Amino acid sequence: MLLDDFFMRAIIAGIGIAIIAGPFGCFVVWKRLSYFGETLSHSSLLGVALGYIFSINISITVFAISSLVAILLFLLNEKTELNSDSLLGLLSHSSLSIGLLVVGYLSYIRFDMMGLLFGDILAVTRLDIYIIWVFGGIFIVILFTIWKSLLAGTVNRDIASSENMNPRRSELIYMVLLSGIIAISIKIIGILLITGLLIIPAAMARNISNSPIQMIIVSMCVGMISVVAGLFTSLSLNTASGPSILVAALILFIISLTPIKKLLSGANR
Amino acid sequence: MTTEQNKILLELKDAGVKRSGKWLVEHISFSVNEGEILTIIGPNGSGKSTTAKIALGILKPDTGNVILHTNKVAYVPQNLAIDWTLPLRVLDFMKLTKKITFQEINQALDMTGVASLINENIRNLSGGEFQRVLLARAIATKPELLILDEPVQGVDFTGEIALYNLINQVSSDLHCATILISHDLHFVMSTTNNVICLNGHICCSGTPKTIVKSKEFIDLFGASAAQTLSPYEHDHDHSH
Repeated sequence: MLLDDFFMRAIIAGIGIAIIAGPFGCFVVWKRLSYFGETLSHSSLLGVALGYIFSINISITVFAISSLVAILLFLLNEKTELNSDSLLGLLSHSSLSIGLLVVGYLSYIRFDMMGLLFGDILAVTRLDIYIIWVFGGIFIVILFTIWKSLLAGTVNRDIASSENMNPRRSELIYMVLLSGIIAISIKIIGILLITGLLIIPAAMARNISNSPIQMIIVSMCVGMISVVAGLFTSLSLNTASGPSILVAALILFIISLTPIKKLLSGANR
Repeated sequence: MTTEQNKILLELKDAGVKRSGKWLVEHISFSVNEGEILTIIGPNGSGKSTTAKIALGILKPDTGNVILHTNKVAYVPQNLAIDWTLPLRVLDFMKLTKKITFQEINQALDMTGVASLINENIRNLSGGEFQRVLLARAIATKPELLILDEPVQGVDFTGEIALYNLINQVSSDLHCATILISHDLHFVMSTTNNVICLNGHICCSGTPKTIVKSKEFIDLFGASAAQTLSPYEHDHDHSH
């Protein structure tokens, strides 16, 4: 059967992740949340460790820990006077350190550290695929129900909240969903590189798009192409899957900076 | 002038906002009726924008309360910088908070004189053009209460007068209440129903005619301002 082949499993999971990363990555770029995404993914190592301790699927424990961090950051950002950049730096590295300590302490469990940090296509199970497609689908549906107020809040929070929207609530929902994305994409992309999959396709899409929806669709496509190209590279050259995917995305980004951009935007007009 | 049986849309009662031990504004009380233009003037840092944000519910007052009798509010904020990473056309921006038909969008952009920019990307607009788009977006939502914070900044002189006239016209066409924050005393005096003069608190308020004669106004803006303003009422008619 199709899902019996580890490579097909990786491809199906990877394409799912790329589709989900499209819209969420665009908001990361628009709302300048790349460091925020970084912090969430760094904190996920602790989630991975907990998953091993209680032998639960790591997606669940990572989601729990990362969304906790997301909510914490959201509240701290509103309450404290400390600027959010330092706050993120503080939480990002301290949570990574705590995760590494816990992982080191659990010496009786064999961790594939490289696989965790940079992704491993061999690690994708059937259950992972179901989790990615089912939860990914749910995340996208939720994102599109809060779409209008999230976008309005991104443009201007004051306008949105004075004109009967609740940008604060949709922002919080978005951040929790973002930690969900990180949870389901860890296995393929790896803790250190997840934010890259969110940002690079979106940044590439920015170069050639003219409206928010267009940018989302382009970044979904770029993500999918990168995943497929990256996974084939990973298979044939025996490289880690995460970096292979991101390098593929980077190449597409560089191409988007060349005169292709003019050709495409010329066709738009 | 036309205050017969008009519905009250917004009331502020003794509202005040405090930040890190300092009152940004305090004891702000006023109300705005349907179809009425209220102008808030005052020096820099006098709490004009803060007052607008209290009225809009963006800032929760630390004292007093705000009663809003409508949910059709439109807001033109003072400073709006759109991140260049968001590819937003004027068309998308117009539909930001409400569902509006293409025709309504075109109409509103036409009123503010920027209909030709509908497919333009927001970040390619000049400051003045963007200001007109902002105003058009607010008008297109057909609000009952329109709150404009320095709506003509960056707009050239002739455009400024045209936009002020437009605001006037919109508020009578839509019969919507308008709160206008402005430093442009000349306009204020010629078209508004009521003026509030703000300096951390309400220094004086009333109709434009009475306010230019009040001692507080003269103290705040100087005697010369009051003098040049008094005979200015009909000047705008032949400005364009």
